[in-house]
Amino acid sequence: MRSALTALGIIIGVAAVIAMVSIGNGAKNQIESQIASLGQNVIIIFPGSSTSGGARSGWGSRSSLTPEDAKAIVNEVPGVVAASPEIRDRSQVLANGSNWNTQIQGESPEYLSIRLWELDDGAMFTERDVKGFSKVAVIGQTVSNQLFINEDPVGQTIRIRNIPFKILGVLKSKGFNFFGQDQDDVVIIPYTSHLKRVARRQQLNSIIVQAISPEAIPQIQQGITDLLQQRRKGREPDFTVRNQVELAEAATATSNTMTSLLGAIAGVSLIVGGIGIMNIMLVSVTERTREIGIRMSVGAHGSEILLQFLTEAVLLSALGGTIGIALGVGVSEIMSQVNGWPTLISPTAIVVSFAVSAAVGVFFGYYPARKAAQLDPIEALRYE
Amino acid sequence: MSSVVQLQNIHKVYDSGEVKVHAVRDVSLEISTGEFMAVMGASGSGKSTLMNLIGCLDRPTEGSYHLDGVNVAELDRNELADLRNQKLGFVFQGFNLLSRTTALENVELPMFYGQKQVSAKVMRERAMHALEIVSLTDRADHFPSQLSGGQQQRVVIARALVNEPQILVADEPTGNLDSKTSVEILGVFQKLNDAGITILMVTHELDIARFCRRNLVMRDGRIVSNETVIDRHVASIEMERLLKAEAEAKLTEMT
Repeated sequence: MRSALTALGIIIGVAAVIAMVSIGNGAKNQIESQIASLGQNVIIIFPGSSTSGGARSGWGSRSSLTPEDAKAIVNEVPGVVAASPEIRDRSQVLANGSNWNTQIQGESPEYLSIRLWELDDGAMFTERDVKGFSKVAVIGQTVSNQLFINEDPVGQTIRIRNIPFKILGVLKSKGFNFFGQDQDDVVIIPYTSHLKRVARRQQLNSIIVQAISPEAIPQIQQGITDLLQQRRKGREPDFTVRNQVELAEAATATSNTMTSLLGAIAGVSLIVGGIGIMNIMLVSVTERTREIGIRMSVGAHGSEILLQFLTEAVLLSALGGTIGIALGVGVSEIMSQVNGWPTLISPTAIVVSFAVSAAVGVFFGYYPARKAAQLDPIEALRYE
Repeated sequence: MSSVVQLQNIHKVYDSGEVKVHAVRDVSLEISTGEFMAVMGASGSGKSTLMNLIGCLDRPTEGSYHLDGVNVAELDRNELADLRNQKLGFVFQGFNLLSRTTALENVELPMFYGQKQVSAKVMRERAMHALEIVSLTDRADHFPSQLSGGQQQRVVIARALVNEPQILVADEPTGNLDSKTSVEILGVFQKLNDAGITILMVTHELDIARFCRRNLVMRDGRIVSNETVIDRHVASIEMERLLKAEAEAKLTEMT
């Protein structure tokens, strides 16, 4: 019973570490797949200078990106495969007798290939639609599921701000992005149509660009920066150029801090567990003073006594570690079921946790074991 | 007969800072093989200290001690432990058995700490043999709490014997036992001694000392007398006397 309580500190510490690492790993994995789902070799340009963390800085009001900027980027920066001006608004849409609040995104036709986003049904609008300010749209899975429950949306009409748009296609599911937003909850229309008919302003939210290769990205980022700077004729830079990885890093910065913090707390609890072991071992040594005296009188070396007590400490901590690992794995599994968070239980974490818990036993058990070994046999035998 | 223990001008001084206690003063002693010696004295006479020195649990401040030819003064802590393991057997007043292990495992304990590791099978055999000598084989798997005082002390004696030591050192071995059990245990000692085992026993009771062959008396750290025992008690005879006395007492009570 006493051993169980002592081991509890280690159990909780190890369980916490395992749970943290699993959740962290799962999050990292998810973020990596979300980075991938953004597209391939993607660079995004935002208006507003990067005074704070890039992706999260507010959109500037005076600064602006224009479709002409996007065209210039495609034409003049080497290594740019395609670019799409982006404009976003939330709006109520009506179709089929029901309505739904969704994100309206104005893009160019290249948008789907930049994002590596395939169609489930139908087709994407074309350059002609862009030139013609056509009232055509491609909708995401969520919108399709909400408004066209048992029917094929292609060919049907969807009204955006009371303007009818013809649905040309339905996108395949993309899931959530690393801001936690449902990427399937979207209606994509030509950016020209958006600017002219739907939006209440003429500024772009961003420009999304595809680079030819990952290696070319830094160069292209610099090229875009130089070009846009040139176009603004030496004004203060009022735009930010970020690649996929930088965006992901900014998004995960908070969760990384959280994970580190929780990991540190778990680490502290492990140390507390270790102190608990040292405490209990000290008590044990005191209680067993007579026993130690007996063992010494029949010929035990100090080193053998040391080893005996150290082994007991390590067994206690290792057992605690094992239970903690099992508990941590269990908690991770439950959390991923209940919360929908992904968790990835890493074998490395398990091995390291076990090794650390054994090490805690050795480290915190050493002092009591040494005390035992240094007892004087005569006094030990006399101890009540 | 050769001597097992050779003490020459042994002094033991305890220096606790303020007060110096000269527990053993200039003791010279030879104990031969097959000796059965009682060390007697009042408390403070130095007899327990002398026993601790002979038992290699403590080191003399001055003087030389040869145990079975080995100069004890030159040994370090670990070598002393080995000496205790191989050449000495201890019997304590308070038994000092490990309460969470069986009688057999208690007897095996010295073999665990032996220099040469022996197999579990050999350890069990030797332990059973030792228990046989003290007539306790049927209780081998009992725990100390399941044994009477006399039985526990017999386990202790078996443990002391298991590594075939040169000398058995007993510190008030009958102190916690009643008169009948005391005689029983002294009978075991006598049997062992008759078979050739050297025994050194500390006691403050004259009656108990008369079971031995020699009596040593200590006072104020010195040996004041070292004499052969005349009219030695024999355990079997004493036991009969006790039983008869007991029976008579019951008879008188019943009438």
